[in-house]
Amino acid sequence: MLGLGADRLWADMNRLLALLFHQGVLDEQFVQLQQLQDESSPNFVCEVVTIYFHESEKLLKNLRGLLMEREFSDYKKMGIHLNQFMGSSSSIGAKRVRNVCVAFRAASEQNNRAGCLRALELLEHEYCYLKNKLHELFHIEQQRLLAAGVRYPMQN
Amino acid sequence: MERNVFVSRRRIDGFDVLPSDSAEAHVLAVDDSLVDRKVIEQLLKISSFKVTAVDSGRRALQFLGLDEEKSSSVGFDGLKVDLIITDYCMPGMTGYELLKKIKESSNFREIPVVIMSSENVIARIDRCLEEGAEDFFVKPVKLSDVKRLKDYMMREVRFGTANSGGTNKRKLQESCDPTSSEPSISSLSSSSSDSPSRSPISPSSASSSIPTPLDSPVRRLKMTNTGGLI
Repeated sequence: MLGLGADRLWADMNRLLALLFHQGVLDEQFVQLQQLQDESSPNFVCEVVTIYFHESEKLLKNLRGLLMEREFSDYKKMGIHLNQFMGSSSSIGAKRVRNVCVAFRAASEQNNRAGCLRALELLEHEYCYLKNKLHELFHIEQQRLLAAGVRYPMQN
Repeated sequence: MERNVFVSRRRIDGFDVLPSDSAEAHVLAVDDSLVDRKVIEQLLKISSFKVTAVDSGRRALQFLGLDEEKSSSVGFDGLKVDLIITDYCMPGMTGYELLKKIKESSNFREIPVVIMSSENVIARIDRCLEEGAEDFFVKPVKLSDVKRLKDYMMREVRFGTANSGGTNKRKLQESCDPTSSEPSISSLSSSSSDSPSRSPISPSSASSSIPTPLDSPVRRLKMTNTGGLI
């Protein structure tokens, strides 16, 4: 039955969300975003998250670029990027990414280049995980909507 | 006119800027972060505000018609602004500097200003409140924060009918016409339903309306505020 397909996908989505909350990857700010989604803005969460991905990737590229410089010394600039990253991560509920940014910023404030490099590796890893999981989530949601939609055949 | 509209008149360059026909209050949101702009915009829309979002203090001033480089006139769209909500940390002009510019302006100083910041620094909060900010939201901003904004607008309305009490930092100005037919407060709160929870699941802590901890500085300030701020 097609209806069951939609229900199972709904359960899959819940399970994935529960896992992400449990792992601390997402926090209640993500729930807040979901509550802002309604009929007039049905893709709100996906839209914000997409903007977040674009911005994050630019920031990560900048951070890596800075740290790879031979004569790197602009910790202040790095701090600015990190603040941006921290802010947007917190705004969408990306808790673990945000926490790594905090540690990264601490290393940066101590002009600790090795510490910064380690933090950057961790940040890239956390961001990657978050992105994959959110893509998975949106994919399941899309499938669910399709499956739910087929229950109501189009009238000609 | 028997309509339930929030009426507020403003004088700019001697012209009366007529109130817009809508019952929705208009908020100008200022934030350099695109993600945050998108979120605050939606938070405001869901709470039945009209929103204009700009990415810098400079653009905010331009929108208001306050920018020195562009001569202020009724050249902009004439939409009155009922509240300004701005991020604190922005390149160029900070939210604090924007706040000062607005409070220094005779035309716009009565517009309530709220500051947002990811840093919960007491000195920063105090400085903003002393400069005339209505409130200070620690990011990430939530629906429960935005719902509070209506109180600042309502206070503006009450200024027109009651002279004493309240946070009377600002003098009564022609911004609130006391003879306007009962600006109805119900129009501000009617359409904002408490966010219908569409989330399929929530983390173990309650998702809706996590109350401000009692020891948060702003909450403390509000609780001890009887006759006036500071």
